[in-house]
Amino acid sequence: MDNQSTYNYKVVRQFTVMTVVWGIVGMLVGVLIAAQLVWPALNFDIPWLTYSRLRPLHTNAVIFAFGGSALFATSYYVVQRTCQVRLFGDRLAAFTFWGWTLVILLAAISLPLGITSSKEYAELEWPIDLLITVVWVVYAIVFFGTLAKRRVKHIYVANWFFGAFILTIAVLHVVNSLAMPVTLTKSYSVYPGAIDAMVQWWYGHNAVGFFLTAGFLGMMYYFIPKQAERPIYSYRLSVVHFWSLIAIYMWAGPHHLHYTALPDWAQSLGMVFSLILLAPSWGGMINGIMTLSGAWHKLRTDPILKFLIVSLSFYGMSTFEGPMMSIKTVNSLSHYTDWTIGHVHSGALGWVGLVTIGSVYFLIPKLFGRAQMHSVKLIDVHFWIATIGIVVYIAAMWIAGVMQGLMWRAVNDDGTLTYSFVESLEAMYPFYAVRLLGGVLYLAGMLIMAYNVWKTIAGPKAAADDRIPQTA
Amino acid sequence: MDMNDVRSWYTLIVFAVFIGIVIWAWSSKRKKDFHEAAHLPLNEPEYPRAKENKENGS
Repeated sequence: MDNQSTYNYKVVRQFTVMTVVWGIVGMLVGVLIAAQLVWPALNFDIPWLTYSRLRPLHTNAVIFAFGGSALFATSYYVVQRTCQVRLFGDRLAAFTFWGWTLVILLAAISLPLGITSSKEYAELEWPIDLLITVVWVVYAIVFFGTLAKRRVKHIYVANWFFGAFILTIAVLHVVNSLAMPVTLTKSYSVYPGAIDAMVQWWYGHNAVGFFLTAGFLGMMYYFIPKQAERPIYSYRLSVVHFWSLIAIYMWAGPHHLHYTALPDWAQSLGMVFSLILLAPSWGGMINGIMTLSGAWHKLRTDPILKFLIVSLSFYGMSTFEGPMMSIKTVNSLSHYTDWTIGHVHSGALGWVGLVTIGSVYFLIPKLFGRAQMHSVKLIDVHFWIATIGIVVYIAAMWIAGVMQGLMWRAVNDDGTLTYSFVESLEAMYPFYAVRLLGGVLYLAGMLIMAYNVWKTIAGPKAAADDRIPQTA
Repeated sequence: MDMNDVRSWYTLIVFAVFIGIVIWAWSSKRKKDFHEAAHLPLNEPEYPRAKENKENGS
C-alpha cells in the first residue's frame, strides 16, 4: 500500500517485455512446425520435437504467453491511467506476473513431454489448470479492485472490454477444464461424447471471442485514441458494440461442429449467431478506424498508428470471413482444410499481433522514461515486413485450403473418390513452403522489434512519468 | 406453454433489450456523460517527463 502517488508501472514493464520475448518464442515454434510440414525430417525422430506435440506448444505460447502477457500489461496500464489510481494490491499484481510465468514454463515442459488433456487450446493438465484458476482469480481481484477505488466518475469503455474478458475467461476455463484426475499428469473430462465436444467448442470459440477479441478491443479503445490524439469516433457506438458483442459471441461455438454428432438445431443456431456476429464486429472496426476521421494524414508519418489501424483492417477481414465460413454449405468445403488455418492467422497475426505490437511500441518509451522508441524507422520496417508476411501466409493457406476441399470432395462418375488423401497432401507442398516464408517474415519483424526495444531500454536509467494527477 | 413459445418470447425479449440499449445510448441525457467518458484517456494531465524525479523510478 506504499506510494499511492504513483502508478504501478513495474508489473506493466514486466508483462510488456515478456510479451516481446514470448512472442518470439511462440512464433519460432510456429516457424519450426511450418518447416516440419515442408521437411518432415526436421523432427529429428525425437518425440519431444514431433509436430503433434509442438503444435499445441505453439498455440499455447502465442495465445496465452504472448497474447496473455500483452493483455495483462495493457489492462493493468489502461485501468490505472483511466481510473487515475494506483493498481490495487502491489503484491497481488506481482503474484499474477510470477504465477502466469510459472504456468507458461509448466506448459513449455509438459506439452513436449506429451502430457495433454487433448482439448484444443485447453491442453494443459489439471494441476496447471488449478494454478491458472488461482492466478486468474487474483487477476480479477487486482483489476476490479482498481476499478472499485477509481477517482473518476466513469468507467472508460476499454475497461468494460477488459472486465468482460477477465470474467468470461474465468467461467470458460473452469467449466471446460472440469475433469476427473487419475494421476498427477492424466485426467478425463467430466463430460460425455457430443456434450464434451460442445463444451469444448463453447470454450474454444469464446477463447477467440473473449481472450483474442474482447481483451484486444480494450487495447484498441485506449491506444488508438491515445496515438491519434482524439477521442473515439462514437462513444455511443462503443456501448452498443460492447453489449451486442458479448451477448452474441457466447452462442457461436457450434459452428466448429458442423456435420458432426452435435444435434442439427445446435449447428444451425451456431451458424445464425455467427452470421449476426458480423454486425457488432464491424461496428467496432468502423468505430476504431473512424477515430482517425479528420486526421488521416497521421497514418503517413506514424508507424505505430499504421500498426493499430491495419490491425483493424485485418479484424474486419477475418470477422467477415468467419461468419461466411460458419455457413454450413461453405463449411462443408472449408472445414478440416488449411483455409481454417489461413482464417485463424489472418485474425491472429493481423488483428491480435498487429494491435499488440502497436500498443507495445506505444508503451515501451512511456514505461522506461524515453521520449520515443530508439528507432522510428525500424518500427516502419517492422510494419512492412509483418504486413507482407501476413499477406503471403494467408494467401498461401487460402489457396491450399480451397484446393484441399475441392480435391477431397471430387468424385468420379462411378462414385469413387477422384483423389487419394496423399495426392491432396502432395499438392500442398509449394503452399506449405510459401506459408513458411510468410511465417519467417513475421518472425523477422519480431526480432527487429526485440532489437528496437532493447536499444530503447538500455542506456542510462530514466524515471518514467508514473505520477498520478492529484486533482481529478 | 411449450418450449417453442419460450424460444419465441426469448427472441423477442432479447430484441427488445437491444432496442432499449440503443435508445438509452442515443438519448440526449447520456450525451454529457459519454463526452466526459470518451475524453478520459486524453484528459489525464501529462506531466512533463522529469529526469530529476528519481524516487519514482520504481
